[in-house]
Amino acid sequence: MIGFTLRRLASALLLVVVVTCATFLLIFSDGATIARATLGESATQEAVEAKAVQLGLDQPVVTQYLDWVQGVLHGSLGNSYFTGEPVTAMLLTRLPVTLSLTVIVVLLTALISVLVGTLAAVRGGWLDRGLQLLAVAGAAVPGFIVAIILVLTVAVGWGALPATGYVPVTTDPGGWARSLVLPVLAILVGSVGGAAQQFRGAISDVLQQDFVRTLRSRGIGEFPIVARHVLRAAAAPGLTILSLQTIGMLGGVVLIEQVFALPGVGDLALETTMRSDVPVVMGCVVFTVLVVVVVNLVADVVGAWINPKVRLA
Amino acid sequence: MSTVQTTQAGLDARDARPEAGTPPGPRDDGRGGDAALRRLLHDPLALGAMGYVALVVVVGVFAPLIAPNSPNFVDLSQANAAPFSDGDFLLGGDSSGRDVLSRLLWATRGTLVACVIVLVVSTVVGVVGGLLAGYFRGRTEVVASWIADAIMALPGIVLLIALYSVIGPSIPTAMAVFGVLIAPANYRLVRAVVAQVRGELYIDAAKVSGLSDLRIVFRHVLTAVRAPILIQSGYVLAAGIGIQAGLEFLGLGNPSVPSWGGVLEQAFSAIYLNPQGVVAPAVLVSLTTLAFVLLGNALRDALQGSGRRRAATADRVAEARAARAARPSPSTAPEAEALVTVRGLAIGYPDGESDVRAVVDGVDLCVHRGEIHGLVGESGSGKSQTAFAMLGLLPKDATVLGGAVLFDGADLLADPRAMRRARGTRIAYVPQEPMSNLDPTITIGRQLTLGLRAVKRMSKDQARTHLLGLLGRVGIADPEAVFAMYPHQISGGMAQRVLITGAIAGDPELIVADEPTTALDVTVQADVLALLRELRDERGLGMLLVTHDLGVVADICDTVSVMRHGTIVEHQEVRALFAAPEHPYTRELLSSALDPEEA
Repeated sequence: MIGFTLRRLASALLLVVVVTCATFLLIFSDGATIARATLGESATQEAVEAKAVQLGLDQPVVTQYLDWVQGVLHGSLGNSYFTGEPVTAMLLTRLPVTLSLTVIVVLLTALISVLVGTLAAVRGGWLDRGLQLLAVAGAAVPGFIVAIILVLTVAVGWGALPATGYVPVTTDPGGWARSLVLPVLAILVGSVGGAAQQFRGAISDVLQQDFVRTLRSRGIGEFPIVARHVLRAAAAPGLTILSLQTIGMLGGVVLIEQVFALPGVGDLALETTMRSDVPVVMGCVVFTVLVVVVVNLVADVVGAWINPKVRLA
Repeated sequence: MSTVQTTQAGLDARDARPEAGTPPGPRDDGRGGDAALRRLLHDPLALGAMGYVALVVVVGVFAPLIAPNSPNFVDLSQANAAPFSDGDFLLGGDSSGRDVLSRLLWATRGTLVACVIVLVVSTVVGVVGGLLAGYFRGRTEVVASWIADAIMALPGIVLLIALYSVIGPSIPTAMAVFGVLIAPANYRLVRAVVAQVRGELYIDAAKVSGLSDLRIVFRHVLTAVRAPILIQSGYVLAAGIGIQAGLEFLGLGNPSVPSWGGVLEQAFSAIYLNPQGVVAPAVLVSLTTLAFVLLGNALRDALQGSGRRRAATADRVAEARAARAARPSPSTAPEAEALVTVRGLAIGYPDGESDVRAVVDGVDLCVHRGEIHGLVGESGSGKSQTAFAMLGLLPKDATVLGGAVLFDGADLLADPRAMRRARGTRIAYVPQEPMSNLDPTITIGRQLTLGLRAVKRMSKDQARTHLLGLLGRVGIADPEAVFAMYPHQISGGMAQRVLITGAIAGDPELIVADEPTTALDVTVQADVLALLRELRDERGLGMLLVTHDLGVVADICDTVSVMRHGTIVEHQEVRALFAAPEHPYTRELLSSALDPEEA
């Protein structure tokens, strides 16, 4: 088990290094353009060149990358070109928003998908057909459009919930919860549709396995079979499904943050990429890759831990 | 745990999540093309989706002729006008007073261009990569697959935002990048198909006939991957349109070119002034992605056929049952002193769209206390189905068309609740394949205890003591140790003893054993048969032993029923059967068993 975890950890680390390296080389490939973008179109050539030197953008991109890596090893992701603020500090102010949203959605997706997927697999019938419809709709309608529809109906039309804005949980827990209801709902439509449908498949697969028939032959009722045996056996594929959904969701979160004017990491990435504040953009990429890697790692390790063949090896 | 990385192909990791994880059906191509097309044309959803897509294409191409205004025509009196209001603009105006309808129509062109780019890039990159990796294998494949996994692991839209400073406000470039980001879905499909086709004989044959490698790849593999790629394309396009609209909505598109996402963004920022303004662009984007997802689903159903095998309709089942009931049935009375009597058992499976095919057709048999009754036949004769019906454990698709399973005079087939109560306490089951019949995730002790306590009122400790005793009885040397083990830690023979323990734990009267020795080593087979015989002697059990092995029958059975094509062709006491088989089929079975080549 420890060996397995270490191997996954090493492969996760490799993924982080390769992806951040590739992104860095791409983003910083054209220093002159970045320098011009930070100064605006009207800046003189001399000013642009001076700016490039000042920001270190005149260096070969590989040198810049090595400097950046050096900084990362010392816990620094560089400073914003515009405010001079450390990127890590900027990210930290945005983290609570994105993490609240993501964690709540992941937990709810897991809970609802397991319930609905299991019921659909065991009971079939209208629930199963309803789930298939939801899965198609969830896959087809982009999350930000669901969000817009929610704003239009619930917030603007009905006035039940705030359409935009974020309240820190420390300021007002009730306001915080209200500000997250619609964003969470908007993402859930897509993520539950997909995850529940796939989880239904995982449960169906287990239900068709021989050992379930043998358990039934012992006179065990359907509910204990599902609760004690089938769910456990479907946990590993379920975790994979959930980790993929989570990763897919991270992209959707950027759009959702825009629709609901939530000051999260996605909003920061968008704001800074438009004014070529590339160190901050790079910081947002690092954050995303880290989340992806951690989610995958947790899913792999928990999945392996559930499987006694791996756990006891 | 490599499965964790590879079980989900396709778009699942992307921002749209259709079911692209279905494994490819590499052989469902070419030959089935006509039938597939017919199926597609009979699917109203598919027709609707195709019609819609065709309409979008036509609108895109002829936008300049159809659109009432130029996309940048401004009528300030129409700024933020609601759709279907009195003004000149059918769908109202945006905040600058431009005609929303005209802008949407013109923007269709940008969507079409983006679609073509995503499709071409993702297909070319994915197919070429998959072909090379699958064909050359080795290091090429390792590296390519690692890259594919890495790309799949990232949310595409985050990368597209990050690369904005490089890409600039150009949707076509962004969509080309997205094409690369989504290509791993196709890559995996193609690589899997190539690996499969590669192993097949006709590639070897082609090599012998002197075709060059590349031509082999192109001719054979491309035919095989056509169908899965086509299916995938629907999902790729849906994802592409979602991403494109998303980028435009974020303001990363070219502001001087009208776009669906751009119109949506403008309408959304004026949502308090003109709430209905967001409806048209939102519906347009959603309908178009929906059309592509539905098209993908329809193509999958049509090309991979079996995806939607409907269960036989209730009417057909009723018909089949009625037809059977009309036949004269010999008797429904239980045989005197029999433990269990099966009368006129008939089981059907759905066959094709609406037919029911009987796989067991009027089976009669009975098992007495203390008797081991062999049910012999070749695979497909219906013997296992008969056994499962006696346990009330037929697969979901199966339908009981008629007959009765009389246990102590009561028909369990007609009363599923009584059947459930009987399972474990009166009727028990010993399966064929020991390993797959144990829950792999929990210890042997725990699964035996759960089973026993489901049918007997016992404390955990009582159950444990009882089960440890039984494990010792069935010949397990160290019951305590095995109790704490997981199924993968014990041998097949031990697993079968554990399953026998599970079967006898609830103290049943009848055991249905389905090929209980077939999956075991020859040396273990005799031990397990001896154990079953001893248990019968000790407990006065009745036993139905399903087998194809006449050696097993000769060894352990008292009476034999021979089954063929869903009916019992002969029933005899065992010695009589071997001495004087009556039915020609039985004679055939016996002579083939005695055939020295078989032995």
